[in-house]
Amino acid sequence: MTNDNTLISVRDLKVYFRSGHDCARAVDGISFEIRQEETVCLVGESGCGKTVSALSILGLIPIPPGEIAGGRILFQGKNLLELAEEDMQKIRGNHIAMVFQEPLTSLNPVFTIEDQIGEAVRIHKNIGAGELRDRCIQLLKDVGIPSPVQRLKDYPHQLSGGQRQRVMIAMALACDPDLIIADEPTTALDVTVQAQILQLLKSIQETRSMSVLYITHDLGVVANIADRVYVMYSGIVTEQGNTAQIFHDARHPYTQGLLASLPSRSKRGKRLFSIPGTVPNPAYKPAGCPFHPRCPHAIPICGKEYPKMCDYGQAHLARCPVLFEREDGYK
Amino acid sequence: MKSKSKDKPMILRVQNLKKYFPIRRGFFQKIAGWVEAVDDVSFEIEQGKTLGLVGESGCGKTTVARLILKLLKPDHGKIIFRGIDIGKFTEKEMKPIRKEIQIVFQDPFGSLNPRMTTGLSIEEGLRILGIKRGERRKERLEKLLKMVGMSPDSANRYPHEFSGGQRQRICIARALSVDPSLVVCDEPISALDVSIQAQIINLLKDLQERLGLSYLFISHDLNVVSYLCSTISVMYKGQIMESAPAEELFENPRHPYTLSLLSAIPDPVPGKRRKIKLLEPDLYDYPMTFKGCRFQGRCPIEEPRCLEENIGFEKVGEKHFARCWKAAEK
Repeated sequence: MTNDNTLISVRDLKVYFRSGHDCARAVDGISFEIRQEETVCLVGESGCGKTVSALSILGLIPIPPGEIAGGRILFQGKNLLELAEEDMQKIRGNHIAMVFQEPLTSLNPVFTIEDQIGEAVRIHKNIGAGELRDRCIQLLKDVGIPSPVQRLKDYPHQLSGGQRQRVMIAMALACDPDLIIADEPTTALDVTVQAQILQLLKSIQETRSMSVLYITHDLGVVANIADRVYVMYSGIVTEQGNTAQIFHDARHPYTQGLLASLPSRSKRGKRLFSIPGTVPNPAYKPAGCPFHPRCPHAIPICGKEYPKMCDYGQAHLARCPVLFEREDGYK
Repeated sequence: MKSKSKDKPMILRVQNLKKYFPIRRGFFQKIAGWVEAVDDVSFEIEQGKTLGLVGESGCGKTTVARLILKLLKPDHGKIIFRGIDIGKFTEKEMKPIRKEIQIVFQDPFGSLNPRMTTGLSIEEGLRILGIKRGERRKERLEKLLKMVGMSPDSANRYPHEFSGGQRQRICIARALSVDPSLVVCDEPISALDVSIQAQIINLLKDLQERLGLSYLFISHDLNVVSYLCSTISVMYKGQIMESAPAEELFENPRHPYTLSLLSAIPDPVPGKRRKIKLLEPDLYDYPMTFKGCRFQGRCPIEEPRCLEENIGFEKVGEKHFARCWKAAEK
């Protein structure tokens, strides 16, 4: 499975959070990889471990209460989980950068746009003040902010939500990273602005040949931008494949349920399919397959045995042996 | 009770509603200008139907909801509920109407009192309005909880013991406790997980069929609105830009803003990369007063007259209205 052009590879990552006697297994053994110039989406509901996976790539999990309980993250031949903090700092913002969900809370209100975009460049690259300023202007231009020279002296509150998110993207781009991790970058934005930001990310990726790890719960967005998709549920990857496989040929009951429950104009008048029950608490996960209490295809063994990944060919995998065997039976 | 309206199938009629908020500046808090939060908004909701109000954040959707509930006083215009204009009603006059119009808020975490049990929260309306005491109230409570798909013993538990979806069910039960005929749903599912959203949408639909409820459904999610609503009104910067039956709006949008909004919906079908009509980024802060069309500066078909004069809300088809010079001329 490891191709030559694999940029980063996460293997069996486990991140636990302890509080008192409880241990929340937020990420419970996930593996994924991102190739060069590829957009990979992690999709899932809140609490499924998407953000925790992203933060652990950057070494931003607070320890304690967090704990990396196992796994490896391989980037340029190094295991990021074993790097010393100073080595990690050389990667963070320089080779791997992050765009956060809330542009207002992730920008510092008391610094100008220029200070904040320039910060990463000042730290990682050795360049003079004039050059730095030119670079900031160019970055603002690249992310489509009009009259960038005037904007440099602005503070975050003077910009609209979409503009702030553009500034966040400019900050992430500042050092020409190999990978951008975008954690729900459009969730707080309006649909029209969301469309602009998605298009911006796409064009930047093409011109700079970067990889993007895009984290979202919005399947509509996934269909629009992803090359490959990992569907997460309760700390594990339940299904992975390219975008067409996931949307047209979903093999895991959770993916199938999510797609069927999306409201749309074509379903008017018909009752929506809905997945019963709720997402399990990460501290009290059901035994066996975490989805089995909500699954329409569950059989007794699902509550006992942890499901293994089943290979549907062409790199399309789903973690549901029940459906996999049933399919084989038909053939 | 629900079939009282004989010749008037419209449960709510809003006409030329206006609400301006003052901007105060300086030491003496002098009024420096006005934010035209809701300006000349008109719509109707048919008995037993759902009107969808869509628009980007800050366009005035929630202000409209608060005006209808009389949580805010309108500056101008009529709010005609079952043939009576309640726009200028006093608090006292409003009391009997309050139980007819209820609201479900966006955030089920913030809208339930954490110190009150579910049962107390749901019963509060009944208590205040003096409806049904003692045993009968308890019976009613159990019936309500069952109606929204919760077990009766949840009445003695506190909000923090429930998940987001369950809390939203409790909020819906609370809204329905006083037998309303119109329920304002202000983004009721946007704070919920994807797999839970469908549950709540189905619940709202079932309740509408069973109880003959009318909904004003406020949302920014066009996929949900297109599934749920019979009529859709599109708001932009305090004004309704276009209003039409759902099918008509999607098939035949007439206002350029609606067009770009529809093209921006992320469609969960891969490969089908449609042309997105990107809007110019909105550079302006909310201006104090508008001259001309509110969509100016971002409109692809802008003309000189659009900067000068704002056209009224014109009829452009069967039950189809738009606020655009070009649309009106076609």
